[in-house]
Amino acid sequence: MIASPEDTPKAPEPEKRDFLKLILGGGIIAWLASVLYPILSYLKPPVQSEVEVQSVKAGKISAFEKDSGTIVRFGNKPVILIRTANGNFRAFSAVCTHLACTVQYRKDMGVIWCACHNGKYDLNGRNISGPPPRPLDEYRVIVQGEEVVISKKS
Amino acid sequence: MKTSLKKIYTWINSRVELDDLVQFMGKKYVPINRHSVWYYFGGVSLFLFIIQVVTGILLLMYYKGSDSLAFESIQFIMSKVQFGWLIRSIHSWAANLFILAIFVHMFSVFFTKAYRAPREMTWLTGMVMLLLAFGFGFSGYLLPWNELAFFATRVGTDIAGILPVIGKPMLTFLRAGEDVTGATLSRFFGIHVAILPGIFIVFLSIHLLLVQRQGMSEPLDGHHDTERKVMPFFPNFLLRDLLLWLIVLNVLAILAVFFPWELGKKADAFASAPAGIKPEWYFLFMYQTLKYLPAHILSMDGEVLGVLLFGAAGALWTLVPFWDKKSSRGERNRFINYLGLFVVLFIIVLTIIGWLA
Repeated sequence: MIASPEDTPKAPEPEKRDFLKLILGGGIIAWLASVLYPILSYLKPPVQSEVEVQSVKAGKISAFEKDSGTIVRFGNKPVILIRTANGNFRAFSAVCTHLACTVQYRKDMGVIWCACHNGKYDLNGRNISGPPPRPLDEYRVIVQGEEVVISKKS
Repeated sequence: MKTSLKKIYTWINSRVELDDLVQFMGKKYVPINRHSVWYYFGGVSLFLFIIQVVTGILLLMYYKGSDSLAFESIQFIMSKVQFGWLIRSIHSWAANLFILAIFVHMFSVFFTKAYRAPREMTWLTGMVMLLLAFGFGFSGYLLPWNELAFFATRVGTDIAGILPVIGKPMLTFLRAGEDVTGATLSRFFGIHVAILPGIFIVFLSIHLLLVQRQGMSEPLDGHHDTERKVMPFFPNFLLRDLLLWLIVLNVLAILAVFFPWELGKKADAFASAPAGIKPEWYFLFMYQTLKYLPAHILSMDGEVLGVLLFGAAGALWTLVPFWDKKSSRGERNRFINYLGLFVVLFIIVLTIIGWLA
């Protein structure tokens, strides 16, 4: 049987088609969002509560030679404790302000040095040479009897 | 034997029409010209990628992706597992040769302007794979969890972190937190062995499909008056390809046996960065350039400007088929040669300075 023109399904009205397109497009976007949102959220690492460390005991005075530097664990951050040639203690964040490498004390140069990009800081933590843009954050050092204690500067 | 093979062929052929494919392969020709030698480097890159997949899967059998076990598991692979030292050394060496091969491949395509229309998509997919190869190198470098890797990752992710707007979220995403920790290692492990290979395979398939579909590009300065010389791909070119692959495999074996890849010292988040620390050679030219930039340029961090400039240069390089209209029209474009030469010299000179510094 030959289908008469009346039998063939008519194309939907333009407005009706636009509406359907909108529903379909919107549906796809909503579906994508509902899939992507949990994935992206999953990839964002959860913030883990850490005990805020205010001070740490670095050790006995005798453990630190004059004219030397030691990396001390301050919570989960490294701190460099320096005992100068005349026996004074100083402490700074050991994270280079340039690109976050861990610095070290260079006895031969008398500076705090970063091996990654040759950044240098003086013994007050000031950036004196190389790429570091800022001084190192300073920590307070208190000597309680025989014990060297490092604490955050308020 | 032959008849049973024939039977299998007929069985498959009657279902998927293999004849068409065989006919296509038989008609495939590779042009012979004075630049033909460069045609082999794509194949060499592919071969090295296959080596990486095979040795990578083998390493997976023993590697443990956690900060307390990673270093020890590689020590175990290298000292206890039979031929473990060989597999690990080949994986490290092949990674470097892979980058080298794709560099040669890319520059040869650039200088012969093989990127020009109609092969823009082949060039683009190739550039994406170069970027992915850097990603492979960067993520794989951390997996042994040694001192060098630890600081390289700290610096590398920190550089990502200084980018405006997207920097901070990207840093947190890459490190899986604020600092480089065991969480970063787990993440890099997943990226290195699952995410990157998955994406790479997609681009590699498109790249190879395009090469098959369009055939090899011929240099612009070919003498069109004389008769065009070609070589059948099967078996002439393929056998030459395979011979070269064999040579590369031998070179790899020699390197792996006589210059075994070191493992170094285990990473310690509370140790200073060791003196003489450097990134891998393929990042050296960027590292060295960043070193020359002053801390501040026009109220901007020198580093930020450097990274943005490298990004812009990379984008221009990637888009060359679209702005080099001359080559696409079949005209000579000397500017491209000078630009390529400048880039090659820049990379070589700064890599050497970085190496010696």
